[in-house]
Amino acid sequence: MAKINRGKGRGTPKISTASLPDIIFILLFFFMVVTVMKDSELKVQVNYPYATELQKLEKKSLVSYIYMGVPAKRFQRKYGSAPRMQLNDSFAEIKDLKLFIEQERAKLREAERARMTASIRADKDVTMGIVTDVKIELRKINQLKVNYSSKPRTDDL
Amino acid sequence: MARRESPEVNAGSMADIAFLLLIFFLVTTTIDVDKGITVKLPPWSDEPPPEMKLNERNVYSVLVNANDELLVRGQLMPPRDLRENTKKFIANPMGAANMAESPKKAIISLKNDRGTSYEAYIQVYNELKAAYRELWDDEADKRFGKVYNDLHIDQKRELRADIPLVISEAEPTSFGEER
Repeated sequence: MAKINRGKGRGTPKISTASLPDIIFILLFFFMVVTVMKDSELKVQVNYPYATELQKLEKKSLVSYIYMGVPAKRFQRKYGSAPRMQLNDSFAEIKDLKLFIEQERAKLREAERARMTASIRADKDVTMGIVTDVKIELRKINQLKVNYSSKPRTDDL
Repeated sequence: MARRESPEVNAGSMADIAFLLLIFFLVTTTIDVDKGITVKLPPWSDEPPPEMKLNERNVYSVLVNANDELLVRGQLMPPRDLRENTKKFIANPMGAANMAESPKKAIISLKNDRGTSYEAYIQVYNELKAAYRELWDDEADKRFGKVYNDLHIDQKRELRADIPLVISEAEPTSFGEER
């Protein structure tokens, strides 16, 4: 085949794929830079509220996440449809929060512990009752830096 | 010494390897960035807080009730007006008798019910914070000709000493149905 092509100068020339890995690598690096690792599988449904006064949470390792929302469809038969809290990978009660925060603190160096932030990732339709319980518990265990996760809002109220 | 040319490594599978890596990262990562409203909670104490004599004109009471209605000093207010009114209250440019004596003395008192939706609460909290941020921006522009965020940390501190952010949150009342 090749011989015939060369001889007659017909057929399309082979496209060089030598630069393909480079292109893919650029894509790869792009994704590595702009994305963050998924930390846990969500078992509750969370739609973040919208806000404008947002601050970025800088260091990932200094943040511990508290999810609140209605359990996902596949868990509703077992856990009901009342808003629940999720810590790490499982549903949790308010009393579990203390242990969770202490574990997160233990992971950090002593100098960094004061800078730890609790990120409250609550669904916008959750009522303040559960959020308040969490807030009080956080105050009791002296975890005072809190961040309410929200999405940027561009339109006016 | 005749050196033999080393055989060229076939780079054809390089693309496949890179693709695999790419797909791995696509699956294990999320694109959302961590952003939110940062709040500093007051420390917990078992004793009830001491009774404080506050001049009523310095307190701006904001209540979000279980129907997500906003009551400011006992009067209904649409959320979109909250920012402007809060700014007016804190700065009090006209020296009105029912508004804060000075920004230093102004206190925002935020209260909600247990039945208030999180969305409404965040919206109100955001507006209160935005009011302060806008005041800081105005003041920073007046003093240093810059936006608040571009200020040096000492300048920021000086500004915040003059217009301190005081949002005091009361224990919520247990009105409203929890889901």
